[in-house]
Amino acid sequence: MSLDTLSAMRRALEAGETTAVALTEQALAAAEAKADLNAFLHLDPTQARAAAEAADARRQAGEGTALTGIPLAVKDIFCSEGDPTTAASRMLANWRAPYDATAVARLKDAGAVLLGKLNLDEFAMGASGENSAFGPTLNPWDRTRVPGGSSSGSAAAVAAGIVPATLGTDTGGSIRQPAAFCGLTGLKPTYGRVSRWGMIAFASSLDQGGALAWSAEDVAEVFSVIGGHDPRDATSAPGTVAPAGALLSAPVAGLTLGVPEAFFEAVDSALQGPLAEARAQFEALGVRLKAIELPFAGDAVPAYYVLAPAEASTNLSRYDGVRFGHRCENPVDLDDLYRRSRGEGFGPEVKRRILTGTYALSVGYYDAYYRQAQRVRRRILESFTEAFQSVDALFLPTTPTTAFKLGEKRNDPIALYEEDRFTIPANLAGLPALSLPVGFSNGLPVGGQLLAPHFEEGRILSLAHAFQQVTDHHQQRPTAGGVA
Amino acid sequence: MNWDVVIGLEVHAQLQTASKLFSSAPNAAGATPNETASAVELGLPGTLPVPNAEAIRLALRFGAAIDAALATETIFARKNYFYPDLPKGYQISQLDAPIVGRGSLSVVMANGATKAIGITRAHLEEDAGKSVHDAYSDRTAIDLNRAGTPLLEIVSEPELHSAQEAVAYLRELHNLVRTLEICDGNMNEGSLRCDANVSLKPAGSEVLGTRTEIKNLNSFRFLERAITYEIERQRLVLEGGGVVVQETRLYDPDRDETRPMRSKEEAEDYRYFPDPDLLPILLTADDHAAARASLPELPAAKRARYETDLGLTASEARLLASERSTAAYFEAALAAGAAPKGVANWLSGEIAAQLNRSGETLDAFPIAPAQLAGLLARIDDGTLSSKLAKTVFERMLETREDADVIIEREGLKQVSDSGALEALVAEVIEANPGQVEQYRAGKGKVLGFFVGQLMKASGGKANPQQLNALLKAALGEPGEG
Repeated sequence: MSLDTLSAMRRALEAGETTAVALTEQALAAAEAKADLNAFLHLDPTQARAAAEAADARRQAGEGTALTGIPLAVKDIFCSEGDPTTAASRMLANWRAPYDATAVARLKDAGAVLLGKLNLDEFAMGASGENSAFGPTLNPWDRTRVPGGSSSGSAAAVAAGIVPATLGTDTGGSIRQPAAFCGLTGLKPTYGRVSRWGMIAFASSLDQGGALAWSAEDVAEVFSVIGGHDPRDATSAPGTVAPAGALLSAPVAGLTLGVPEAFFEAVDSALQGPLAEARAQFEALGVRLKAIELPFAGDAVPAYYVLAPAEASTNLSRYDGVRFGHRCENPVDLDDLYRRSRGEGFGPEVKRRILTGTYALSVGYYDAYYRQAQRVRRRILESFTEAFQSVDALFLPTTPTTAFKLGEKRNDPIALYEEDRFTIPANLAGLPALSLPVGFSNGLPVGGQLLAPHFEEGRILSLAHAFQQVTDHHQQRPTAGGVA
Repeated sequence: MNWDVVIGLEVHAQLQTASKLFSSAPNAAGATPNETASAVELGLPGTLPVPNAEAIRLALRFGAAIDAALATETIFARKNYFYPDLPKGYQISQLDAPIVGRGSLSVVMANGATKAIGITRAHLEEDAGKSVHDAYSDRTAIDLNRAGTPLLEIVSEPELHSAQEAVAYLRELHNLVRTLEICDGNMNEGSLRCDANVSLKPAGSEVLGTRTEIKNLNSFRFLERAITYEIERQRLVLEGGGVVVQETRLYDPDRDETRPMRSKEEAEDYRYFPDPDLLPILLTADDHAAARASLPELPAAKRARYETDLGLTASEARLLASERSTAAYFEAALAAGAAPKGVANWLSGEIAAQLNRSGETLDAFPIAPAQLAGLLARIDDGTLSSKLAKTVFERMLETREDADVIIEREGLKQVSDSGALEALVAEVIEANPGQVEQYRAGKGKVLGFFVGQLMKASGGKANPQQLNALLKAALGEPGEG
């Protein structure tokens, strides 16, 4: 079996059993072979090979870090200097970022080999990957299904064995839901942990960068590199992130895990078996389960779909055809320039959210929508704070279903919004949340979700790591043709 | 019909920080367009604003100076609108929780009376860029050098009641921001800009009339003329039975009139909301105390001190304290040993006249304050008569040398040596027997003739008081006639 996890690659590199160049060639070949997945929007073999050679030299000089020489790739919403950075939008089809996002710069500094940029829902708006202006990404477990979104390429590239870990972003579940659909572990850190500098904004108060990989161990390695304070982001939290080893080694026996029963009852029956087994598994690890209630459940999705579009509507105002990005042909006047450049540059879901958000912020509607949604948001945070008085972390489903069919929810935006109902609360409260594979249903991965108080990523990474020491769900791989 | 005029001003002061309000790009006019616009000012995807701590300190200093309520938590908000020189499609400004709350400014009006004018609030915001219409024949260019420049928008209460009061308020504010060293006050370059809200109501009425807003008045003169025009225009509209339309107007100095700006849709909806890229900024009692401690002596306190401690008249004190460079010059001359009254006289006399002639400002005046003190010392010790002092002053303007250097080189000392003067007096009396006779016959005025002759003979250097005494001694009292 080829090396396909970050830890295995790292051990092989450290033992001198392979080289960064060899791993990079393997990754480039896999990317070519699996181009049908449409996971990559931009592959840069030249840059990757140069980085691989530099990484081998660095390791030889004894200056390697955990990530030195590991092939990785990032969601194409992270700016990377000199590279196309499109946010999967026609608006930015020809735009190259003149600078690195902080997360990207930290990966490069660590010696990681960046292969290129990964597909996503346009401007990270979507839960299926189908809103990309450059075509949908397929789920490696079943190519007739979506990989989830918006970090569709980030999940597919790992699940397909192209790279062992990727960066994604999570505004309402965009790391965790695709991780669940693709049998991966995905971490959305505490809001403010990973700098948003260079991460193209969708909804600034909710956006958070994070990592997807097969295991909690591998996610922790990436998180410990990209996390920590950045003075270029005014919402960046102070302090650094502990090394991966420390993030994974918190004792879990004796912890109390809150389980909101209502969430478990709301999932598709096909998911209930694996989720129930996962609960039993945690108990076997010495974790105490405690039934709790999170009384806001029904309010999170509506509040989110006011706040996120409101912020997006103004974050996306800069795409006006004046300085960069798509500009329409031969505008007759300024209004025409704006209307046609934006009309042509943005896809339907992005437009829908700009319109919704503009409406929510308008005079006469602000109090009824935006202000009210902020109140709900505060209430949600309070109810989490209250829950964490009696439990150390929470366990709940990541998604209501397993990966659905391509096109299945395309014409039903509300159904697609409901996809996020288990993931959105953590974004509204700014909490760290992680999805991990807990089993399979009809050959499709099922995800479970762990949430912790602010800045306690180590607690959920340790819980997930302990779980993965005694389970093998994260070691399952899709077969070449599709369903295992 | 009599009308009450109601005016409120919104003043935008560019803050003198090293970098822009939300990035580390230099806060300086670039030599070439877009030179000082970084990725943040260009609004590139993925860029984020980080507030400039110095701008916050300067805003608090202003708040402390007008004795305002200083915020403990201040919030940046997005003001959304599309315009080509507004890179992000929104301006980062403040709506709720501005950094400076209500305060007041003591303004010396034209008649010398002091009036406290309320300041509603002052808030921080970023400037936009500029649209350049004359660079290319067929298109508009955008220069974003100015984008992101920190502005303090200072909003007055509608408590000004004439164009002259509005000008007095703006002068006071101008002097204050310069004294505080938060803004260079250069109105030509737009460092200080002013919008005026003007309305009329029937005299004594409680109900405010409909107002118009006149934008971008960049000099005291334009402010006065624009308001004067606008008051008259509104009066004519109202007295003709019409109604004033609430609108934004532009002052055209060439035609000396205001006219409606390119029509905007009524009451644009800016969709203000708290900027999610910027957390609320918490300001502590220590921050407030530091702002108060950073205050220099304020103009009002200066005026009082000049009057009580230095013995100047109220109008002298006003003149000296109401303009930062004048006060600085005055105090520097005092520090170099000059007497207050003498400096005050020269500043309001010769120096003011010279500045008037040259059109320069005191900041660039060729004679340094210590040099003026040196000149005054030579008057006080009798070396120079006032006439000679003016001659030396004029030489100093040309050469920028110290008075003593000029006096020495050009021999401009007044002659007070009695022996030399007595000889001169004897000479002149001998040379003019006719005039001596006239004098003795009772024509006292002839004394002036002798003084003139003597000054001429001494090259203007004779000490006039001494000369008079010697002449009288030599000629005796004029005869009875």
